Amino acid sequence: MDQGSAAGTGGTFISLSDTEQRCYSGLYALCQPDSSGKLAAGKVAELFRASQLPAETLHQVTEVCGAKRLGYFGCGQFYVALKLMAAAQVGLPVRLESVAGELPLPVFVGIMNELEMRYPNHPSTNESQPHILGSLTGSAPRPPADRPVLRHPDTSMDKQEAWSPPRSPGISPPRSPSAYRSYPYGAQRNGTDTLLAHDGNVPGRLSVPQENSSPSHYSLKLQSEHPVITCVASVERLVERAEIDYSDEPWRITEEQREYYTNQFRSLQPDLNALIMGTVAKNFFTKSKLPIPELSHIWELSDVDKDGALTFPEFCTAFHLIVARKNGYPLPETLPATLRPGFVEPGVVTVPPSEATEPLIVFDDKMMPGANQLEMGSVDLQMTSRPGVTAKQDTRDESRKPEFSPKRIPDPHEKPIQRVSTLKPDSPQELDANMKSRTRPRSYSSTSIDDAMKKVEEPPTPPPRPQKTHSRASSLDLNKLFQQSGQGAKSGWLPPPPALPPRPPATQIFSFLPGSEKSSQKAVQQPNFADFSKFREEQESSVRGGLSTEDLAPPKSDSTLRHQGHAPQKPVRRKLHPESESATPPSATPYSAATLTKSTQRPPPKQKREIQMAIRKNRETNAVLTRLNSELQQQLKVVHRERVTLESQLELLRPVAST
Amino acid sequence: MNCPLYIRSVPTQGELKFHYTVHTSLDVVEEKISGVGKALADQRELYLGLLYPTEDYKVYGYVTNSKVKFVIVVDSSNTSLRDNEIRSMFRKLHNSFTDVMCNPFYNPGDPIQSKAFDSIVSTMMVQAC
Repeated sequence: MDQGSAAGTGGTFISLSDTEQRCYSGLYALCQPDSSGKLAAGKVAELFRASQLPAETLHQVTEVCGAKRLGYFGCGQFYVALKLMAAAQVGLPVRLESVAGELPLPVFVGIMNELEMRYPNHPSTNESQPHILGSLTGSAPRPPADRPVLRHPDTSMDKQEAWSPPRSPGISPPRSPSAYRSYPYGAQRNGTDTLLAHDGNVPGRLSVPQENSSPSHYSLKLQSEHPVITCVASVERLVERAEIDYSDEPWRITEEQREYYTNQFRSLQPDLNALIMGTVAKNFFTKSKLPIPELSHIWELSDVDKDGALTFPEFCTAFHLIVARKNGYPLPETLPATLRPGFVEPGVVTVPPSEATEPLIVFDDKMMPGANQLEMGSVDLQMTSRPGVTAKQDTRDESRKPEFSPKRIPDPHEKPIQRVSTLKPDSPQELDANMKSRTRPRSYSSTSIDDAMKKVEEPPTPPPRPQKTHSRASSLDLNKLFQQSGQGAKSGWLPPPPALPPRPPATQIFSFLPGSEKSSQKAVQQPNFADFSKFREEQESSVRGGLSTEDLAPPKSDSTLRHQGHAPQKPVRRKLHPESESATPPSATPYSAATLTKSTQRPPPKQKREIQMAIRKNRETNAVLTRLNSELQQQLKVVHRERVTLESQLELLRPVAST
Repeated sequence: MNCPLYIRSVPTQGELKFHYTVHTSLDVVEEKISGVGKALADQRELYLGLLYPTEDYKVYGYVTNSKVKFVIVVDSSNTSLRDNEIRSMFRKLHNSFTDVMCNPFYNPGDPIQSKAFDSIVSTMMVQAC
């Protein structure tokens, strides 16, 4: 196979540029070559159709490249065919002479998306895209002409643009190559340092950069058009910073997402090392309301060992694919490398700091379905952008965040931006100080993901639906009081004085909940007043997953809180409040750090709290196990029934065989 | 009960003839598996071998332990296909089929729409042609 720079056919030698090389090899791999190098005819046909060339042109291409003669597409024929198609798309006649010169890469509608995802061309994207969000149209929206290049000329996913730029290295952002959103672009972008960092991973990885490019292209405005799908363009920024790379990969699981998946897994199967049975998983994923064939395909992709059950990594993969699909990403044909169960991201902290992660999983956006749409975009953001680079921005954004939080349905642009900036908190990195600030913003973004996830299904342990009570508008006094008190605790967010008044009531209720930790959690979420309650609930539920964050309130408290309605929640907040107040001056330090330190400062109450927390945790676990037990019992009954049926059938068949 | 879960032919012209052939070969398969009356089911060989040759093509059969039948029809002019190859094709088919079965979203009896299954079948057919 001449994968080299030249493709030969019938003696004609055609040289390929680097970008073409990459592009073609990506396409080649996409067409599922078998061991002898021949390509799957169906795939090739699909690709050819995607090029949107008229049928006779395609026939000509097939003839000229030599595949017709041979009867199959080998590597050489395929490359020549791609070149010919590029020529045809530009308008040149389909002849070998036409492909001798430089040509733009051929455009394939519908295939590029997958390709991008799978074969990142290069990190690219970074450079140009100043804007953060782009709407990446997943399978559905690929509106070719819809997305005017807002800032980037190539934003439109229209592949039809004839673009020469892709070839030029370091193309800045809005070049047509981005229209491809794929590799050619990436190739160009090589200029950026960061990309080089993961050059080595190009083959295997999802195209981070590609996703970058594509999403980046679409500015926020597009987002309004396609609220459902937004990609984080911030990734590009990150790339530019030469920081992490694959931040915008849609197929990479971020920490927050992993947290969430862990919780969900635990809700189905407490033991992380055990398997989730097929039927259980089926019921679970069916709640996502995706069509059954798609779920079936997702299962096929994620059940790597083909045992009919899901291990924890497989479950994460499946869940992630579902979330991606819900957000409009088309399902890949094969499992992306970053989603393989054995894949371990460098530097990933599997157990993100409680503070940081907890809020992430919050689903506070759930409340508003409309907002959720927008937030779903942010889900993408989260999925894609991971980098710690944004941390700095996060802190800045965070200060803004509180204001935004009340407005749950912020304008699309803002939201995504905020999300973007906040997303990343590499949880490992910014634990204390940043965490607090970051967590807050993260809760936003995470909410979007959470929202998406939530929308996806009603998980077995659904985070409590936010009780919309805490919005400012409603129940002014109590809510405000509580919120304020909570905020006071936050210190970082609100000046202490306002927090003082509520203190007394807080103390009363205080006895109700132990655990400064819990309150600390709550406090973290305080900033979003309006959403706070939900936020908290979410957190609690997420906490319930059993995160081993420092002193996270045990799930029990969450459930108890939830059951009791708002009131219980408030006490939790309040609890933190008194403690935090007493322990440290409200003003300063990052919230989570403050609360944590406070807890350490008071050993005796802490012990009690710990015990109480432990009790609650145990109760929660008991409840979960009981539920699991009942579910298993039901499954056992079903299996028994099936077994009986099968045995009776076997009996019926036996006499037939014997006669 | 005898509706096809999956049927695929390359090339696609004259596909109907292959459908008919496959359907009629079901009788032969039934006859073969019912013929092993004395032996128990687990002693029966899964690979049934050449069911019957016609003037244009050869038909091979394979049946699983759950009475799911696989039938392969190959052109008689394709003499390069040996028995071993046919066996390996059936084995691959069987493995892919079990993978499809393992998918909890698949209801036994439904037509198979799995892309993985499709791709394996396509690869196999391309190799054989």
